[in-house]
Amino acid sequence: MLKIEGLTAEVEGKPILKGIDLEVPTGEVHAIMGPNGSGKSTLSYVLAGREGYEVTGGTVTFNGRDILTMEPEERAAAGLFLAFQYPVELPGVGNATFLRTALNAQRKARGESELDAMQFLKLARERMKVLAMPEDMLKRGVNVGFSGGEKKRNEILQMTLLRPALAILDETDSGLDIDALKIVADGVNAMRGPDFSALVITHYQRLLDYIVPDRVHVLVGGRIVRSGGPELAKELEAQGYAAVQAAA
Amino acid sequence: MPAVTETIETVQSVTESGYKWGFETDIEMEFAPKGLSEEIVRFISAKKNEPEWLLEWRLRAFAAWRAMEEPRWAAVKYPPIDYQDFYYYAAPKQKKAPKSLDEVDPELLRTYEKLGIPLREQAILAGVEGAGETPAEGRMPVAVDAVFDSVSVATTFKERLEKEGIIFCSISEAVQNHPELVRKYLGTVVPQGDNFFAALNSAVFTDGSFVYIPKGVRCPMELSTYFRINAKSTGQFERTLIIADEGSYVSYLEGCTAPMRDENQLHAAVVELIALDDATIKYSTVQNWYPGDAEGKGGIYNFVTKRGACRGARSKISWTQVETGSAITWKYPSCILQGEDSVGEFYSVAITNNWQQADTGTKMFHIGPRTRSTIISKGISAGHGQNTYRGLVRIGAKAHGARNFTQCDSLLIGDLCGAHTVPYIENRCLTAKVEHEATTSRIAEDQLFYCRQRGLTEEEAVGLIVNGFCREVLKELPMEFAVEAQKLLQISLEGSVG
Repeated sequence: MLKIEGLTAEVEGKPILKGIDLEVPTGEVHAIMGPNGSGKSTLSYVLAGREGYEVTGGTVTFNGRDILTMEPEERAAAGLFLAFQYPVELPGVGNATFLRTALNAQRKARGESELDAMQFLKLARERMKVLAMPEDMLKRGVNVGFSGGEKKRNEILQMTLLRPALAILDETDSGLDIDALKIVADGVNAMRGPDFSALVITHYQRLLDYIVPDRVHVLVGGRIVRSGGPELAKELEAQGYAAVQAAA
Repeated sequence: MPAVTETIETVQSVTESGYKWGFETDIEMEFAPKGLSEEIVRFISAKKNEPEWLLEWRLRAFAAWRAMEEPRWAAVKYPPIDYQDFYYYAAPKQKKAPKSLDEVDPELLRTYEKLGIPLREQAILAGVEGAGETPAEGRMPVAVDAVFDSVSVATTFKERLEKEGIIFCSISEAVQNHPELVRKYLGTVVPQGDNFFAALNSAVFTDGSFVYIPKGVRCPMELSTYFRINAKSTGQFERTLIIADEGSYVSYLEGCTAPMRDENQLHAAVVELIALDDATIKYSTVQNWYPGDAEGKGGIYNFVTKRGACRGARSKISWTQVETGSAITWKYPSCILQGEDSVGEFYSVAITNNWQQADTGTKMFHIGPRTRSTIISKGISAGHGQNTYRGLVRIGAKAHGARNFTQCDSLLIGDLCGAHTVPYIENRCLTAKVEHEATTSRIAEDQLFYCRQRGLTEEEAVGLIVNGFCREVLKELPMEFAVEAQKLLQISLEGSVG
């Protein structure tokens, strides 16, 4: 279970998160919606431990462990995965090399045996098939020359390979056409189960038609102003954030 | 891919002061008196039982050197070198030249074992036989000439190479056994008076490797020389001469290490390559001299002249270098493209971390028609490191249709280091085509964070990104050396982030 209490954070001295309380029980998928600049991406970076995102107060525990004191890679090994809104390019680094290095780093940190090249390729090919990704994407540089949709699919591929306990999807739907959106949603839905939880950050309700959340939270001005069931997303879509905020 | 895993494991296994080759071998040595004089030159020549012409040759070089001044144009800073404060000859004491490996001092063999350099052919051969067609651990046999301070201590696989007519031995042996070849080619690419350090080398060179590949022979294995400076206050002045006769092919690798010492040590080598018609020489270097400590104390001064002559039509010389060591690197492996349609290549990765300084690049002299050259240089600076690419592409009036492509990329890690690119292009031929591209980039914070979010430590992330940056060059190295080089890159950058 992810438990956030009174979390405040600032970027370059500017307060962005102004007291977030949120619980995501294991096995549940929660959505965070909110207008631009409300702190959605900041929340995802703070949870993942990005430099420059300064926590000024509050606590975050994941399955009882205080994650705010952990390095980003320790959080990753603890099962926290962030699907980036803008996946980063690593020129010259083969995608397969990157994926296997990451997978083995995490397996090692958890005391599991590492996969050799053949075992890894078998696994990767299986997962890529599900995501309708061409095999040559393994050979290309990480995200280099990938289309927007390919980048997002590559994020989901990483998620399905790394099998995190908690996935944070930061606007994974942005820039996706409807077919890609369905494939990505299928990838996430296939992960759902009693040991997996997710925080789906999105601007639009559209993604939530395919990944139906257990709870929806509305983030405005660095605070969660409303929480509710999946129907809240529809209400937002119909009335806009201003109305929802006013009603809160 | 396994290379990356291995890289990471290696990094995890090394400590802060990463240079694991820094040990010293305790062995009885024979020294010439400190300092440099005509007497010392005569002493070295006599010690090596050289013919009169070579002594004369050395003395001419010494005279030239005395009249020359140390070059100061490179972008490197170091205190004045006292050339009288070095030993110019240091050799492990041995009663007589060893006939076989069994006669080599076991302490020396242990040193090379520790360095991971296989001098025992039997062990490797047994491994190959055991594995049938596939060599053990994916390793191909590599013939090695091991140079310890001033002398070559062993050369492996000699007999097998001799069957093909290939000569691979120390240059001292070549002077004794193949004087006609040495005399014909020595100094024809890098003359004695070429530059200050080449003149110094010509006067006092003590050993190095000699390779001759006969007409039409493709050398069946990688040839390799492994240089080790062990003795204190000793300069190493090796001389390598490689001749590829018509239609032949050879791939040659040079590696080097030295103990960790607080004082600076001098290494001034000369390498000459000669490729005749349709011959190809591929020369790879993984330079790992001791770079000095994190405060910039100690380390090797590496002042090296490397030059290849593509004398024959359609000949090709390809330099690949991975420069991770030395306190100072001053090195410009060059190609003289005389033969028509000859090809010169230079692929380089140079890393400077802590207080290391590198001024390195290449010179491509296009003389013959339709000569082509490619230059790919990757400079990586971290810590207070300063990295300069200095290159010259000169196209002569008769080099009709000559082509050059140059790409210089610099990668900066941290904000105290520097990268500089100094390309010179001189074109006297209207039909020639010269292209130059250069980029400078930084390892971006978002790249590091992306990797760490996936579970890599910061150092693993840097290693991965750097290896990606260097890929175009690393892929030019023979396979197992590429693995070695990747490990080195990562180790060299230890402590450069965070």
